[in-house]
Amino acid sequence: MNIVVLVKQVPDTWAERKLNPDGTLDRASVDGLINELDEYAIEEGLQIAEAQRAAGGEAEVTILTMGPEKAAESIRKALSMGADKAVHLLDDGLAGSDALSTSYALAQVLTQTGFDLVICGSESTDARMGVMAAMLAERLDVPQVSLASKVEIDGSAIRIRRVSEDGYFEVESTLPAVVSVVEKINEPRYPSFKGIMAAKKKPVQTLSLADAGIDPALVGLGGAATEVVDHVQRPPRAAGTVVKDEGDGGVKVAEFLAAQKFI
Amino acid sequence: MAEILVLAEHTGDDVKKVTLELITLARRFGEPSVVWTGPGAEQAQARCAEYGAAKIYVAADAALDEFVVAPAAALLAQLVAEKSPALVLLAGNAQGKEVAGRLAVKLDSGVLTDAVDLTPGEAGPVAEQSIFGGATIVHSRVTRGTPIVAMRPNAVAPEPSPGAAELSQVSLASEVTGAQVTNRVVAERGERPDLTEASIVVSGGRGTGGAEGFQIIETLADSLNAAVGASRAVTDAGWYPHQFQVGQTGKTVSPQLYMAIGISGAIQHRAGMQTSKTIIAVNKDPEAPIFELADFGVVGDLFKVVPQLLEEIGKRK
Repeated sequence: MNIVVLVKQVPDTWAERKLNPDGTLDRASVDGLINELDEYAIEEGLQIAEAQRAAGGEAEVTILTMGPEKAAESIRKALSMGADKAVHLLDDGLAGSDALSTSYALAQVLTQTGFDLVICGSESTDARMGVMAAMLAERLDVPQVSLASKVEIDGSAIRIRRVSEDGYFEVESTLPAVVSVVEKINEPRYPSFKGIMAAKKKPVQTLSLADAGIDPALVGLGGAATEVVDHVQRPPRAAGTVVKDEGDGGVKVAEFLAAQKFI
Repeated sequence: MAEILVLAEHTGDDVKKVTLELITLARRFGEPSVVWTGPGAEQAQARCAEYGAAKIYVAADAALDEFVVAPAAALLAQLVAEKSPALVLLAGNAQGKEVAGRLAVKLDSGVLTDAVDLTPGEAGPVAEQSIFGGATIVHSRVTRGTPIVAMRPNAVAPEPSPGAAELSQVSLASEVTGAQVTNRVVAERGERPDLTEASIVVSGGRGTGGAEGFQIIETLADSLNAAVGASRAVTDAGWYPHQFQVGQTGKTVSPQLYMAIGISGAIQHRAGMQTSKTIIAVNKDPEAPIFELADFGVVGDLFKVVPQLLEEIGKRK
């Protein structure tokens, strides 16, 4: 089974994140790390591969990352968790791509690598759009098995629990398919020392736009179908009133609620 | 006048509030046409008319109910081709964003998600988004194709304005399948409002100390007819179900009133609630970052403050 896990490097959410003057994300000035939900995707891919192998089948986990050179750190970490190999889509022409053009670029690579299962996190902590699995399923014309809190593979069938607004749906399809995972689906493993050492020897293939057959006009800032008009730091909220509870804290909250007509 | 498509969210014939918000918002740009999938449109017609829907396109295809996201996107793409709307509006919840994403690919149109406002601009609608945990405000627009915008629930207040809400039947032009829904399980949340749609959200954090301590959050929420939210510390510890987590990897809420009880307010939590209109915080640590956001804060023990608050709410009812 050919499992491809999409891994995005994002700015550390604990750091102060900014946009560049041109509206693109400032990736240079803050530490990058694997998008948190993608760690669950990696873990799920590894577990599925392990189960396949345990049942006597073959399975391989490939990490696919689109991003600047710095993203190689995240690829290395994903490999040290246990993925077998990686593809790094790396080209200056990709900078400023929006979701639509990113999905085009990733779909081009996925068509080239082939896949039985594409797994990604349900959203990234930077853009938080939550559209990539849907866009890829549409582009690749395979079932969208997204927002999974549980995944079961049974031969060429996949069954998931899809989280809904008020519970979950049981959803099934055939492979190949695109899966996105939510947190809580598993407990991502930490790379072991052995894993870290092994990762250094694992193959990472770097692809340019030309290598992947990507039309440069359809990616990057020029290929994006959206643009940032302007952006500002949110002014700090006007300082509110903070009181120490002197035995009347509850009454004070009630008075505030009443003054604001909430009660 | 330009036509604006609004994908309705509904439970049976009960129109969700976010849909009324979208119809209201659509009126800024043209005549709202609601796209209704599944049953219930006839019963919901009056409600859609009250908020200004000019038309309701009703699609009853079984595929819309049976398969994940793909048929809804196909229906919208078909309607965009037929009606050439100026804008497509969807609810910015997880599923709405997925429909928006697939539609964007089908139409090769730009898509913007999680908008907290949308205003007419010289070169088309301009969306306001609140990013990086609310630290940055971005205005963006679609530069190619039919603008597709998924709005954060509670972004605008629904305002009545009469419309004809003329019903017309539509159906998928070709067969669409995909991943099949085989069962739907609804989690028990009693009579409480939906977390992302609620006007008031009461959230509890680590300070509640455990599942038992967390019950006071539910009691407070019920006294205010509010939804219950939880910080990640709470859902990670299993004190409250995961689907109620507010924050970066959970739900994003934007209610009129957000009460953070025993929540310190790390950036990851703020990402899910910073655009709330009014914020109240109760925390025993005076240095807790949540107080930077709070319109009103009490430094104190939540197990003293909240019971007293409950008593006061009871008196004032």
